[in-house]
Amino acid sequence: MKVAIVGIGWYGFRPNTKDVSFREMMFEAAVRAYEDAGNINPRTDVDTFISCQEDFWEGIAISDEFAPDPIGGAMRPTMTVTGDGLQGILHGVMHIKSGLANITVVESHAKPSDILTMRDIIEFAFDPMYRVGAKNIHFLAGLEALKFMKLRNATREDFAKVVVKNKRNGLKNPRASYASNINLEDVLEREYTVYPLTDLDISRFVDAAVVVVLASEEIARKYTDTPIWIDGIYSATDSTIELSELGEARYMKIASKEAYNMAKVNIREIKAAFVDDTYSYKELQHVEGLSLSDNAVKDLREGEFEKGGKIEVNPLGGHLAKGRPLEVSGLSLLLDAVEYLRQGVVDKAVVASWRGIPTFTGVVGVVSR
Amino acid sequence: MKTNLYFRRVAVIGAGLTLFRRRMLETPQELAWEAVRKALDEAGLELKDIDCVVIGSAPDAFDGVHMKGEYLAHGSGGVRKMVSRVFVGGATGVMVPNTAWYHVASGLCEKVLAVAEEKMSPARPHPQSVFRYIWDPITEKPLNPNLIWIFAMEMHRYMYVNKITKEDIALVSVKNKKNALNNPYAQAAANITVDDVLKSEVLVWPVQLLDTSPVSDGAAAMVIVSEDVARRYTDTPVWIEGVGWTLDNTEWTGRELAYPRYLEHAARMAYKMAGIERPNKEIDVIEPYDPFDYKELHHIEGLMIARRGEAPKLLKEGVFDIDGDIPSSPSGGLLGVGNPIAAAGLMKTISIYWQLKGTAGRMQVKKPVHTGLAQAWGDLMQASTVIVMRN
Repeated sequence: MKVAIVGIGWYGFRPNTKDVSFREMMFEAAVRAYEDAGNINPRTDVDTFISCQEDFWEGIAISDEFAPDPIGGAMRPTMTVTGDGLQGILHGVMHIKSGLANITVVESHAKPSDILTMRDIIEFAFDPMYRVGAKNIHFLAGLEALKFMKLRNATREDFAKVVVKNKRNGLKNPRASYASNINLEDVLEREYTVYPLTDLDISRFVDAAVVVVLASEEIARKYTDTPIWIDGIYSATDSTIELSELGEARYMKIASKEAYNMAKVNIREIKAAFVDDTYSYKELQHVEGLSLSDNAVKDLREGEFEKGGKIEVNPLGGHLAKGRPLEVSGLSLLLDAVEYLRQGVVDKAVVASWRGIPTFTGVVGVVSR
Repeated sequence: MKTNLYFRRVAVIGAGLTLFRRRMLETPQELAWEAVRKALDEAGLELKDIDCVVIGSAPDAFDGVHMKGEYLAHGSGGVRKMVSRVFVGGATGVMVPNTAWYHVASGLCEKVLAVAEEKMSPARPHPQSVFRYIWDPITEKPLNPNLIWIFAMEMHRYMYVNKITKEDIALVSVKNKKNALNNPYAQAAANITVDDVLKSEVLVWPVQLLDTSPVSDGAAAMVIVSEDVARRYTDTPVWIEGVGWTLDNTEWTGRELAYPRYLEHAARMAYKMAGIERPNKEIDVIEPYDPFDYKELHHIEGLMIARRGEAPKLLKEGVFDIDGDIPSSPSGGLLGVGNPIAAAGLMKTISIYWQLKGTAGRMQVKKPVHTGLAQAWGDLMQASTVIVMRN
């Protein structure tokens, strides 16, 4: 059975959304998604609801209490997946494929502008036995970026190229608060936040909410003439910091292998990739983890990730241009992919999300029109 | 909601529990692994055979870890596999096997570990301090409510609407703590009387100390597989026949607290899937969630095992005793075994699994059983999860 995206709605993608609460953001995104899906009524047309969020980001213990009302999920089968929104899509696909639901709604929201102590919150995600008290939350990314440079003979200029490409691509995206027309020198001349990464190599946080309406094939055909199909989706977790392979995105390798199998796709058919670029080097690492390139550094230098190249990578800007909305990150990449497919620019795309430091979990989806 | 027309059959073939205790020395990861190891042993599988892991744990603040699913992944055997953590507050323990069910039923996974862990003891001075942060940050948090206050309101309302006495309710605590004497994992087993409950310390009237379950650490795990796998590994699989869950709205102050309508919805979903039309006739053994003694009665009514207000009468008649018509909480429940929040719900599911498999030992109910049900409850008194199993 195939599963389709029949509606998608978003709100925010701004550094600060002080005029709305997180619940109002959810509501705004949900209304838009239901309208996009052909004006469905969540109270009668939707079978199950999934919300993706984490307690510590919300500042609420048992934050899922607040999931149902703004999306129409009260007194319905509503649940929370404490993970990236793309993991929620994976669960939604399982709801439909298992026969549990015809229509499932997946929601995620993030309001990092409310978090006054981001460094401390991120530190709480480290194993309590080994919490390092790092003053710089990006230290682990710095370590990994260095390892990546050594493994792939990458240079600082390569990372800067990713930044320039994505920020420029973001100029085409109405959600890209951090899009700009900068050049390599602009990046290379910045001070290091943590070697070898400058503040421009690191995506900034952004407030956002995204709601996605999924439907089984039969139902999707009733709601829309232009469904976006989820051909394959899978997630994988590597291990702990001590045992994961720094420099290699092993989680992407495992997840993409399974997602491609499920989608029965030949990688060459994929013409666009919307991949996590929380840090500039991560885009290159993830492109390799997804088997979209044997040598991402070389392909980047040769312009293969630009329009007209082998595969467009983050053609609508990625997190470096749009910002990183915590658990909405995966859905923001999916949203870009859906828009790109609906515009008819490409027929098939891959979406790949990572949960950010200090985790080693990735989700990969193959979508087509 | 769709009905069960073409689900792949899904079975439980192994389960494991740690002791439920206050202040376990093991880390959360070690607790999870102990339960997983036992579940794998019972199933006859190795970790390498598992393709997906579903984790459940209640507020992150109990363990003091952000992104707790990621943290628990390693101890739960989720290395280089598909791992997810699901969360519906206190109802998480039953949401974990429900989620594992659709992992298999969807065809995405064949052999799934369902793991729930909770360490409540690191919260100092008491887990109640974590519950201070479950409220609406604008309208409720400034009042600094205590969780027991709202349960006291709910218990009071249940007693008032249905004309139920404290003595009627205390019988649940007496029954469950006594049942727990047969449970080797139990933390709070005891031979107490109704009088002991009524004389125990008043926390918030009408909630007294022996009306409540203790603060606990513990973990539980199940191996949940497709039909093909189950047939290869065991002659006595226990089938998951129905799953259901519902969240009511967040505004608990606007609800009729005397009856858990969200549970009725969750139960109807599970019953429809399992083809159950008369739950009080068709279900042989139940494990309703009992963090407080009144909640077991409340939930028995929400599950439609008894009519509204009728559960205390049936309890007094012995219907829910271990040798009664519908034994309830033969494990000893949360009141007797302990309440490591998410692990407690999975413990209840495991209890039903062992009852249906016939390996519950001294906990085994007297009559033959073929259909069993476990249930959990949580969030702002708004979430319920239900699982129906058959042998």
